[in-house]
Amino acid sequence: MKKVLGNKKAVALFVLPALIIYAIFVMLPVLWSFYYSLYSGSPGLKWEFVGLKNYSRLLVDKNFIKALTVNLKYISVVTIGQVSLGLALALMFKFWLRRCKSFVRTLIFFPVVLPTVAVGQLFNKIYEIQPNYGLLNSFLEGIGLEQLVQPWLGQSSTALWCLCIMDIWVAMGFYSVIFYGALLNIPDDIIEAARIDGSGSWNMFRRILLPLLRPMVVTCFVFSFSGTVKMFESALALTKGGPAGSTKSLSMYMYDVSFTYGKVGYGSVIAIVIFLICIVGSFLINRFDTKD
Amino acid sequence: MKKKKIKAILQGIVIALICAVDVYPLLWMVSASFKQQSEWTSKPAYALNEGFHFQNYIDAWTRGHMATFFMNSLLCTLIALVFIVLFACTVGFATTKMQWKGREFVSKFFSLGIMVPVATALIPLFQIFNQLNLLNTRFCLIITYIAFGLSLSIYLVQGYLRSLPDELLEASVIDGCGIYRMMWLVVTPLMKNAIVTVLVLQFFFKWNDLLFSMTFISDSALKTVQTGLLYFQDEFGSKNWGAIFASVSMSVLPMLVLYTILNKKVMEGMTAGAVKG
Repeated sequence: MKKVLGNKKAVALFVLPALIIYAIFVMLPVLWSFYYSLYSGSPGLKWEFVGLKNYSRLLVDKNFIKALTVNLKYISVVTIGQVSLGLALALMFKFWLRRCKSFVRTLIFFPVVLPTVAVGQLFNKIYEIQPNYGLLNSFLEGIGLEQLVQPWLGQSSTALWCLCIMDIWVAMGFYSVIFYGALLNIPDDIIEAARIDGSGSWNMFRRILLPLLRPMVVTCFVFSFSGTVKMFESALALTKGGPAGSTKSLSMYMYDVSFTYGKVGYGSVIAIVIFLICIVGSFLINRFDTKD
Repeated sequence: MKKKKIKAILQGIVIALICAVDVYPLLWMVSASFKQQSEWTSKPAYALNEGFHFQNYIDAWTRGHMATFFMNSLLCTLIALVFIVLFACTVGFATTKMQWKGREFVSKFFSLGIMVPVATALIPLFQIFNQLNLLNTRFCLIITYIAFGLSLSIYLVQGYLRSLPDELLEASVIDGCGIYRMMWLVVTPLMKNAIVTVLVLQFFFKWNDLLFSMTFISDSALKTVQTGLLYFQDEFGSKNWGAIFASVSMSVLPMLVLYTILNKKVMEGMTAGAVKG
């Protein structure tokens, strides 16, 4: 037994190819980003060592601050929206729905499997005003609310909200299925006992279900958070970052800086900021799980 | 009693509304993909299509190069998936069931990758491929897909393998299995569920990838569906809504088919990443 499972050759054959690919194409680039972040220009073109200057530049870069605020706003609205709506839907499935449970779940989950770009294009047309009214505007016109017809994606005040709504729409089914699974794991006797003791719906949710679901809520927040920090695909597909940068995220700004303007060093600093936000944020959210 | 009934009906209505909000945009999209250009100006956008204008699909497929994009996406995704599954199984097995020094370390090293945002690795990757003259090839896309698919897949496979009883392996050794035959004939069939989960999850991740393909590929003969869709409007003009909707509907179709056939498996696979990661 030991001899077979301790076969060194087999271990090497099983692990090495994957390890090499992973080390070269995932870990090495991450470390390389730190090295790049100390230089200005792009490799081969005015490539100079500048030390930490790139980092201090962040603090006075208005575009960076704007992208950061947009990104943080997006993170808070979308994570809270996705997780709370997901939880609400799961509770409805559990307590309100008597028939066609699996059918309804299948329907609700469906947007999750759609390609992000396709959803972006679809919503782009829903919010459209030119050359003809999109779904939303033509509805508003149809029910006599013409004064609400507006270029939803064409003005800074609404574009980010439209984006958030789209991303919540896409993912709420995902979280509802996760929460529903967790709800099914709660024994019915607990819920029954609480009911007999005369606890109302809100009390039951706050005192019994929520504490039991807490680990799952934390997991979902971490997952939703790490998805929204990366904010790129959906924003690019819906608004391309506009109007006037009102939906431009950190990743998009990084992309512009390093690929459009060719400032690889400075772009790497932004990449590192994204990395740090991701790590620190997940760590902070995870702390809610342990303390009790 | 009556009060209870009214409540149940109200609850039903709320759920029906939510379902409608979920499904209606998609139905609208399909209906819109069959509309003629003139219908957009003569009728409100929410009106149903008058007839079935299949020309939109033909336009998207040929003039819009959707045929090429589909081929590219399919090639890159499938090749990457084969290697991801292969590596996930072998590494997963080696790090949970085999005995060697450093297996804990290797396992930790792989799991680090779960947290890495793609954007952080993007710039150096671009430089590497640029130096090696590999930009605008399918190879660079496939190899990055594989590399970024490993961490989570290995993590999922490890979870399944830990619950596999060691007695099974022992019995197969007593029966005279070598390590390779054990892996192929005993372990792999037992991991069918894990493999399906990994396949489903990674298929959606890779098929939906935009960031890598738009960064590494600029040659329109090599573009994938997602990149193609993104620039579709620029090529077709913003007025040709029919063709745009047709191409979007087309790109959704593989997902729709896969999801209707395997919906339980897809839900399991997609959520596995969140629940365990």
